[in-house]
Amino acid sequence: MPMLLSLQGAIGQGILWGIMALGIYLTFRILDIADLSVDGSFATGGAVCAVALIAGIHPILAILLATLSGFLAGFVTGFLHTKCKMPAILAGILTQLALYSINLRIMGKSNIPLLQSSTLFKDFAKVIPLTSQWITICIGIFFSLIVVIGIYWFLGTEFGSCLRATGNNENMVRANGVNTDTMKLFGLMLSNGLVAMSGALVTQQQSVADVKMGTGAIVIGLASIVIGEVIFGKKAGFKLRLTSIIVGSIIYRMIVAIVLQMGLNTDDLKLLTAFIVAVALTVPVIVNKRKRLSMYKKLTGKELQNHA
Amino acid sequence: MLKLEKVSKSFHIGTPNEKCVIKSLNLELKEGDFVTVIGGNGAGKSTLLNLIAGVYPIDCGIITLNGQNISLAPEYQRAKLIGRVFQDPMMGTAADMQIIENLAMAARRGQKRSLRWGVTKKEKEQYYEAVKTLGLGLEDRLTTKVGLLSGGQRQALTLLMATLHKPQLLLLDEHTAALDPATSTKVLTLTNEIVTKQHLTAMMVTHNMKDAIDIGNRLIMMYDGHIIYDVEGEEKKKLTVNDLLKKFEEAIGEEFVNDRMLLG
Repeated sequence: MPMLLSLQGAIGQGILWGIMALGIYLTFRILDIADLSVDGSFATGGAVCAVALIAGIHPILAILLATLSGFLAGFVTGFLHTKCKMPAILAGILTQLALYSINLRIMGKSNIPLLQSSTLFKDFAKVIPLTSQWITICIGIFFSLIVVIGIYWFLGTEFGSCLRATGNNENMVRANGVNTDTMKLFGLMLSNGLVAMSGALVTQQQSVADVKMGTGAIVIGLASIVIGEVIFGKKAGFKLRLTSIIVGSIIYRMIVAIVLQMGLNTDDLKLLTAFIVAVALTVPVIVNKRKRLSMYKKLTGKELQNHA
Repeated sequence: MLKLEKVSKSFHIGTPNEKCVIKSLNLELKEGDFVTVIGGNGAGKSTLLNLIAGVYPIDCGIITLNGQNISLAPEYQRAKLIGRVFQDPMMGTAADMQIIENLAMAARRGQKRSLRWGVTKKEKEQYYEAVKTLGLGLEDRLTTKVGLLSGGQRQALTLLMATLHKPQLLLLDEHTAALDPATSTKVLTLTNEIVTKQHLTAMMVTHNMKDAIDIGNRLIMMYDGHIIYDVEGEEKKKLTVNDLLKKFEEAIGEEFVNDRMLLG
């Protein structure tokens, strides 16, 4: 049953990548910034994690180090955006570009296999007799649960409220005595930290870090967010909203797995990803228009009949 | 209290569109002054308030508030001392957040934001009472998103937010201009009540000359970046709209002034 196995794998992958999508959610939806540096910081997370593992550092510590490297990447984007007053898109692109070279520097080569090193997933497999797919799912759920609870708590705090408001109305936030630049800087750091953490987890799970592993990460993250929104609706409660992003990420991976099983060339994967995002963004627009039109016909139709 | 010394501001410096909006302006407010500001469009009223609040940096001059020199302080730092309500009802509140979340954020104006809960249980009762004073029935809808409120409701809420943590100075920039007459009157009455009750020092820009005369203890008229008329106390109380028009005529030395020029 190759299909079932690949779907199981897709769920695990979806959860691990879902943490990245949660990071992107913080900037894209909460702060209303399209941060393109994530393609770079995802690979940075993987690179730092791989180098740390090779050096014999504990897998958990390696993930923490990777997260810290993500904070740093986010800080650079934030600095360029808030202090140097660059548009967020440009700041993100610059960081992403720079990170490509930095990632190569960190790794020393474009690809580090981790066949000999211990990873969280291998360590786990030694203790608990489960298939590698199930181990991925368990570890993924553990980490994403921590992240979802963490974000939920954080955005409810005084600091987090200001972060949310910054994405909403900067004027109001400044008028209430809060430095919006600090908020954006912090939001970008947190976001890239989560993205790098996800990169580290994926690296450990796949036992390889590659300088190109982050290519298209931003689009995959957006796909997860948007698929989640299409399924659960934008008005869902906040806990559900965060969970919907992980679910969206899982669904994205399942679509990819199914299409690959059906014989799609892996070269066409990016095209497919772009297509999924475009469709997911378009569907709500069409559905809304249809609803409005049918309501109009229903209500006005009665009027017309009354007049006839 | 608030003191502006030779404050100037130009926009588009170095371009053909260069325009000097505030020209070497001096102004001093006493503790508890409630000043209404009138003048035609482009007179510099809103710019003056924005310069005090720190939205734009000033070109030269000194602004002191409560003895502190705030001339170069960024907007968010001045906000610790200054409460503001804007002309645009959308500008003073965060639309995607609940009424109570907005209030809680405003109540912490001037404090450091920590990792404590954004809204505490104790606050909920406190805000219930505070919102009740608005008389809009919003106290039972504290968890409603602000984006669902009308412009007037949002403006009343912004006013409450600006004064929830007592400001040293309250700046009202035509805050009733976008509201219908009935709502406008209501928000204005509310403003007067709050300012009087809390003994606030306040500046209010308005295009309604009658309101400008009726409200506050001092009135200033602006024209072309200058203050051309400044009146307070008993003298102000006796003013009529016609007096104001005449003053305007005198000050700018033109005969064909009509209320249009002043009302803009």
